[in-house]
Amino acid sequence: MKHITRKATRHVNQNEGLIFEKSSAGKAAWKLPPLDVPEVDTAALLGASERKDLGNMPEVSEIEIIRHFTRLSTWNYAIDLGMYPLGSCTMKYNPRVNEAVARVEGIANGHPYQPEKISQGALHIIKTLSEQLIEITGMDVITLQPAAGAHGEMTGLLMVRAYHQSKGNARKKILIPDSAHGTNPATAAMVNYAVENLKSDSRGMVDIAALEAQMNEDVAALMLTNPNTLGVFEQDIHKIADILHAKGGLLYMDGANMNALVGKVRPGDFGVDVMHLNLHKTFSTPHGGGGPGSGPVAIKKALEPFLPTPVVTTKSDGTLGFDYNRPLSVGRVRAFYGNFGMFVRALAYIQANGPDGLRQTTEDAVLNANYIRKGLEGTYDLPYSTPTMHEVVFSDKVQLKKGVRTMDIAKRLIDYGFHPYTTAFPLIVPGALMIEPTESESKEEMDLFIEAMKSIAEEVEEDPQTVLDAPHSTRVSRLDETAAARKPVLRWKPAM
Amino acid sequence: MLKTIGLRSVDDLFAPIPAEYRLTRDLNIPRQMAESEIVDFFRQRSRENGDGYTSFLGAGAYFHYRPVIIDSLISRGEFLTAYTPYQAEISQGTLQSIFEFQTMICELTGMEVANASMYDGSTAAAEGVMMAVRLTGRRSVVVARSLHPEYREVLATYATHQGMPLSVAGFGDDGRVNLRELEKLITPETACVLIQSPNFFGTIEDVAAIADIAHKHGAMLVVSIAEAVSLGIVEPPREADVIAMEAQSFGVPLGFGGPYCGVIATREKYVRQMPGRLVGQTVDKQGKRGFVLTLATREQHIRREKATSNICTNQALVALMVNIFMTVYGKVGLKELAKQNLAKAVYAAGQFAKHGKVLFGGTPRFNEFVVQTSEDPYAINSRLLGHKMVGGLPLKKFYPELGNAALWCCTELTTRSAIDTAVGLVAESERSVRSSSTKEEVEEVAR
Repeated sequence: MKHITRKATRHVNQNEGLIFEKSSAGKAAWKLPPLDVPEVDTAALLGASERKDLGNMPEVSEIEIIRHFTRLSTWNYAIDLGMYPLGSCTMKYNPRVNEAVARVEGIANGHPYQPEKISQGALHIIKTLSEQLIEITGMDVITLQPAAGAHGEMTGLLMVRAYHQSKGNARKKILIPDSAHGTNPATAAMVNYAVENLKSDSRGMVDIAALEAQMNEDVAALMLTNPNTLGVFEQDIHKIADILHAKGGLLYMDGANMNALVGKVRPGDFGVDVMHLNLHKTFSTPHGGGGPGSGPVAIKKALEPFLPTPVVTTKSDGTLGFDYNRPLSVGRVRAFYGNFGMFVRALAYIQANGPDGLRQTTEDAVLNANYIRKGLEGTYDLPYSTPTMHEVVFSDKVQLKKGVRTMDIAKRLIDYGFHPYTTAFPLIVPGALMIEPTESESKEEMDLFIEAMKSIAEEVEEDPQTVLDAPHSTRVSRLDETAAARKPVLRWKPAM
Repeated sequence: MLKTIGLRSVDDLFAPIPAEYRLTRDLNIPRQMAESEIVDFFRQRSRENGDGYTSFLGAGAYFHYRPVIIDSLISRGEFLTAYTPYQAEISQGTLQSIFEFQTMICELTGMEVANASMYDGSTAAAEGVMMAVRLTGRRSVVVARSLHPEYREVLATYATHQGMPLSVAGFGDDGRVNLRELEKLITPETACVLIQSPNFFGTIEDVAAIADIAHKHGAMLVVSIAEAVSLGIVEPPREADVIAMEAQSFGVPLGFGGPYCGVIATREKYVRQMPGRLVGQTVDKQGKRGFVLTLATREQHIRREKATSNICTNQALVALMVNIFMTVYGKVGLKELAKQNLAKAVYAAGQFAKHGKVLFGGTPRFNEFVVQTSEDPYAINSRLLGHKMVGGLPLKKFYPELGNAALWCCTELTTRSAIDTAVGLVAESERSVRSSSTKEEVEEVAR
């Protein structure tokens, strides 16, 4: 423990049980105004449909609720507490002005079905963000409807399928590199395409020869993450696009790693036909403990007829409105228009940055990843020496000799006051440590991180058990996940 | 930092990108804006967006009061800026709150397990149906026409490429699923029946009867709930096999349609076919209670193309809003809240019935009702707009068979005086249409 006490400290806070364990009859945190219409006889009105009892719903006071959730919150790590270097997740700072503008009355309380005449503000936001994302990606058209990245993938592949169908053959399969996110193959299955794996070459890039061999008229599209999950830019990207296009296939780009490209290079310019963005990664909307996200899909002109309905258009009188009359559309992927609140935040982010700010953001993100690579090279094994963009992938090869794996190092990092990096992904690197600092980190914060990682590497040599038993500083130690899955307890029940 | 790395310029970092694709110009977007300018921009948009209007819109998105502590608590950076709780030791706050959320959803729906959220009610319904398809090994689906029309559209999109044929069961004069028609549509290939209750018209379906019919034929019953507040006073669809919910009513802002909070709840025996994340209770090495994400072998990051769904990012922070709302109102408050909604709707429907025709009157309903008028509801609504009021949703687009009908909604926030004003304006319209038609008749006689 000698290494960590200098840098990180612990503090005490109260234990906090489940809210149900604090409940007792008569406590309340709500108050309704007096009813200004006659009372009703619910039994007479609802008959057998009347609910008599709400079971074990809690009864607690307001201060108890405030303390309950505040205490719970202190058991979380967060970007606001320090570097959160989860590779592929782009844990950047979430600006607070985004939160403020999303709560302005007319924006927070707009009803999705209010007449278009009094929805011009929301429509203006949708249109402006759409235009700016099109400029950023170099694509032609966009839909903001998908609720998250995986939902965007589904929407994108639905359009791919509709496009091929319009040419008379929907085709059978999607090529997916072995380094891809799990959502890619899961999405292909949802759109009823078979998945065919594509090997990476020794540089960690798409193996061009393999692609040429596997490409044929059955392939609807290649789903490619660029930079890929090794943080490597696919240098032969145009060749890849050409191989696909020559056989009538489409190039789908998973935009999870767009934080390496904004303002520096545009997917639309290097041959991408369909791509999704993650507003909760690249465009700073908060991850919120797992969501909400937003997964706009940008496409080339040829796929425009297939966009989900509705589409925002400018009407003849100059006002904005929704166009529902799109006979070739793939249909709706979600009720209403998407996660509008996330559009507001993403637009505020783009406004705060402007063209120069966005470019610098990308430069800083790539610079930071390379700084960490330099700092840890030699201490941790670097399986691919190909140049790094916004994230860098090491492996636990050196530490494994002492029986220490990537997850152990990750858990030990918690004791040093950091959130772990992404472990064991991408799958093509055994024992991967995937580190993405983003542009938000200062040199000081990264130096602290590098120092922590080096210190852990020393511990692995001198005292591996300390690392294997980590974390030592958290409220709970390593949890028994096997027991949780074997006999699932998925809800609280009162003691008998 | 560049020197440490051994590079001369930032451009060297981008050398891996072929030069011909590198952008040599500024992006064509407006210059950087100051915080004050950004706030001004959105305030301006807000003024163009129905700010200050009284609304009678529901139809899957409900205007309920949001206790202020929801935003105080979800704005804590430890909730707002945390990732998915994969690293359980430093995510106990998120994990425990989801466990409480799952518990309360079970209590309210009468189901045994609930997941940590889906995108929204529409996608939850589609995923609930796909769950039934996997569980029964059958493929076709019977959908109620009284299900939210946009939910039906979303299901159609998901179903197209899953090889899931859909048929639609109409509604009767009581505004509920036509049971005879429903039974005729069920075949030995029917995986499930999908209904909504309270349905799109606000009417409470006869869930027990529909469940009997579905189960008799070996099909499952999936019930969508779009107005969560109804659960305070309306018996939950306990006979359902899967409940696919939209929890927006529980403290989530209308936000022009999103982000909202879908949830799937079901029986324990079906949990392994459930999509989405689940939190489970376990112990740490010292035997101390703790929570983890569990049953991940259903999910895409483990199972890839064999996963139960491709969902990854969900609606966690919105689920936290829902969680706090449920905690604030609790066992007694939710019931009182639901009662107020019911009372307002009963009063409003009674007033409207004096001047127009309120459809499906004999059937129990919650806080929405359909009013048929002589005049086109779009015309009525444009007059209401002049009084800073948004009238009920015209149904022509979704249900042309109902003619000049609109779906009106009242919540605890709808005041009696707003109802009286709206009713007055509709009454005026009815009178003027009637007198002008009388005049026309007179003219015709005269001719």
